[in-house]
Amino acid sequence: MYVAVKGGERAIDNAHAWLAEERRGDRDVPELSVAQIREQMTLAVNRVMAEGSLYDPDLSALAIKQARGDLIEAVFLIRAYRTTLPRFGATQPVDTGTMRCERRISATFKDAPGGQVLGPTFDYTHRLLDFALAAEGEGPAPASEAPARAGDVPHVAGFLGREGLIQPEPPVDGVPPDLTRQSMELPASRALRLQALARGDEGFLLGLAYSTQRGYARNHAFVGELRIGAVAVEMEIPELGFTIELGEVVLTECETVNQFTGSKTEPPQFTRGYGLVFGQTERKAIAMALVDRALRWKDLGEEDRGAPAQDEEFVLMHCDNIQATGFLEHIKLPHYVDFQSELELIRKLRREAGEGREAAE
Amino acid sequence: MSEYNFAYLDEETKRMIRRAILKALAIPGYQVPFASREMPMPYGWGTGGVQVTAACLIPEDRLKVIDQGADDTTNAVSIRQFFEKTAGVAVTEETARASLIQTRHRIPEMPLTEDQILVYQVPIPEPLRFLEPRETETRKMHALEEYGLMHVKLYEDISRHGTISTAYAYPVRVEGRYVMDPSPIPKFDNPKLSDCPAIQLFGAGREQRIYALPPYSRVVSLDFEDHPFEASKADADCALCGAGDSYLDEVIVDDAGGRIFVCSDTDHCRARRAAGHLGAEGAPYEEADA
Amino acid sequence: MTPLLQVRDVAKFYGPRVGCEAVSFDLWPGEVMGVVGESGSGKSTLLACLSGQMAPDQGVVIYDTRDRGPMDTRAMSEPERRMLMRTDWALVHQNPRDGLRMGVSAGGNVGERLMAVGARHYGDIRARAVDWLGRVEIAAERVDDRPTAFSGGMQQRLQIARNLVSGPRLVFMDEPTGGLDVSVQARLLDLLRGLVREMGLSAVIVTHDLAVVRLLADRLMVMKDGRVIEAGLTDQVLDDPQHGYTQLLVSSVLQV
Repeated sequence: MYVAVKGGERAIDNAHAWLAEERRGDRDVPELSVAQIREQMTLAVNRVMAEGSLYDPDLSALAIKQARGDLIEAVFLIRAYRTTLPRFGATQPVDTGTMRCERRISATFKDAPGGQVLGPTFDYTHRLLDFALAAEGEGPAPASEAPARAGDVPHVAGFLGREGLIQPEPPVDGVPPDLTRQSMELPASRALRLQALARGDEGFLLGLAYSTQRGYARNHAFVGELRIGAVAVEMEIPELGFTIELGEVVLTECETVNQFTGSKTEPPQFTRGYGLVFGQTERKAIAMALVDRALRWKDLGEEDRGAPAQDEEFVLMHCDNIQATGFLEHIKLPHYVDFQSELELIRKLRREAGEGREAAE
Repeated sequence: MSEYNFAYLDEETKRMIRRAILKALAIPGYQVPFASREMPMPYGWGTGGVQVTAACLIPEDRLKVIDQGADDTTNAVSIRQFFEKTAGVAVTEETARASLIQTRHRIPEMPLTEDQILVYQVPIPEPLRFLEPRETETRKMHALEEYGLMHVKLYEDISRHGTISTAYAYPVRVEGRYVMDPSPIPKFDNPKLSDCPAIQLFGAGREQRIYALPPYSRVVSLDFEDHPFEASKADADCALCGAGDSYLDEVIVDDAGGRIFVCSDTDHCRARRAAGHLGAEGAPYEEADA
Repeated sequence: MTPLLQVRDVAKFYGPRVGCEAVSFDLWPGEVMGVVGESGSGKSTLLACLSGQMAPDQGVVIYDTRDRGPMDTRAMSEPERRMLMRTDWALVHQNPRDGLRMGVSAGGNVGERLMAVGARHYGDIRARAVDWLGRVEIAAERVDDRPTAFSGGMQQRLQIARNLVSGPRLVFMDEPTGGLDVSVQARLLDLLRGLVREMGLSAVIVTHDLAVVRLLADRLMVMKDGRVIEAGLTDQVLDDPQHGYTQLLVSSVLQV
């Protein structure tokens, strides 16, 4: 006698309880606080904010804790929460020219107004494990802090623009489309493209950007400028008739200066790629700028070299890690109905092939 | 979960989804783009179906959720709980008593009625996707009714295997116009799509598409005149209820590879046993089974 | 009688560069027009404009449709144009890879146009595919093989069968013998000539190979720098070229 398996409900409850226990780990070790994550795992927090498309360090830290440090899972928690929030409107475009820069470097000019500011970077650290960090107790004394550059730090690309050496980017009027409120339509406007890249998976964009450097739609990029710092977010309130400052966000902005193009009618010019990401996320911002530039081949009259990074549909439809991970992982859900139909088909085909062989013999 | 709106989504989002559903019903088989939201379950777990269900639910509804034909599979349980919590609607496992059924991979065995809505979870809504990966190109093919390539695929199947080797997600043509993916239901279920009194809605969350079959739509499975479509199932009867005409799951019962077949539609099987039907391995029905 | 194709003052520019310019001619039913010139002369651009692959910047291309008479192909809707492409018209590419589905069997390749216009009987489709394979001298037992397993000459013959199976009235050919060995070329030309005669096809053939037009074309246009510099009956142009460039073209061939 056979009794069909049941108990999906109980299995789920038990799994959740076990998951909670595993998340806590050894209870002899003190529990991690959300504030500790926010303050000491800041780059993880930044990545979750960027790919989760929600600027909230506390929620991001909470999501990391809840996700047991799985950053894509944390991004997912933030995205699902974000969906439930009302959308009040669009802010004014942030002015990164007035950014309070913690870090600002240019690879194209030795010096420029505003100066080179190294900031808190891993760039010149020697990657030696620091066993002092393994010892409990207070870390190093606070660094002597240069005041962040307040006020106008002009964009490097602006200097090239003044001479007409770089392709202009005229401002666009109107409220840009919102990727999270409309379905992706292809070909996409640049605004939609940049939105998709800004929340796209860092690893995916890194790989694509790297592929352009290795010759798949190579477009030699100089980091014209990379800046990280806080900018004010302002919104015009229709009832008031003027803009008010809502707060500040930390952004990473990367503008690349790429090899020039030109034709018989157009004199040669540098072109540019653009990356703008929440938080200190410079790997992502640089990768985004390179991929943005590769995707602009059509606007710039370049050749389609069939490279993955040039293929808008390929890039935009596959850069979102929440979509990707969901579809990838869903293959572990039950598929036995489909599998059964395949099983029967294969048995039938093999039976017919066997009969055919016998008939032939 | 009182901090969330009825059925989780806010009213504005639901209106947007309802507009897409109405458009889908007006153009049977056409994939309507919609601004799919991020749901608190992963893409691939039925986010499209969940959004369609959320947009359709009213407090008076009685909801049934099945996955692989069964009410007690983990994901069916999870989605049912989600709507119990967020919408507080009544739930049931009985097909006949449900006003809205969300399904993954099956159509219930019991014929549906005009008072019911069947919501399918769809992973890949585009029937041409594996012939042509580009959305921009497939949309054009649908617009221009260029479906020759679809038949080339079926032709290739026959020339290689002697038969059409698509066992599930078997493509159909709706009202003589759009070629549609019926979601990964076994082809055994295809005939139930056509002339169905219930409203059939298909939601693909990750791919941001909704499509629909209004009641009594004519749905034809693609085939050749000399290789007609055939709905097939395992050549066996249900071991529990003895049904010979329902879709069967194969269950391996011992280390020697011994196997039996049981109804994939658990409610159908339960109802038959309650009515006194008994299969070779079945136990007589008891109330506790319900 | 109405011309099958009327070409009037067709021009295509790539920025400041001329693709082709001021091209006009009539193609009559059953007639084969050859277009010769060296690479860069604009002959492929012209073919692309005529066959709807590219929109000309100027001029009109009027096709005598079966049911509605002469129509400007540019004014047609995309569905109409695409329908024409898979029924009345055929396009033979220089590289068979551009005209074949390499992952689909020979039978599927030939059958596609039939299925595109509604053929739904597997046995009939297959029988017609096998018949056409025979007509292009491909053995029937290769019907289930993919083009990747075929030689270059066979691939080109398969492409021709795939195009002609639907009984088109007008065939556009772009260097149909390009990239093939000389002996293979001769056999293909022979085959093409037979099919053109037998089916009464009208065709526009673009080539740099004068032997191809000598054998296939009734009339000839010689192109240079995007313009037609000489046109006339094939034998007349080849045996008594008037334009200096044509004389050069003909004599260079004779030297080969």
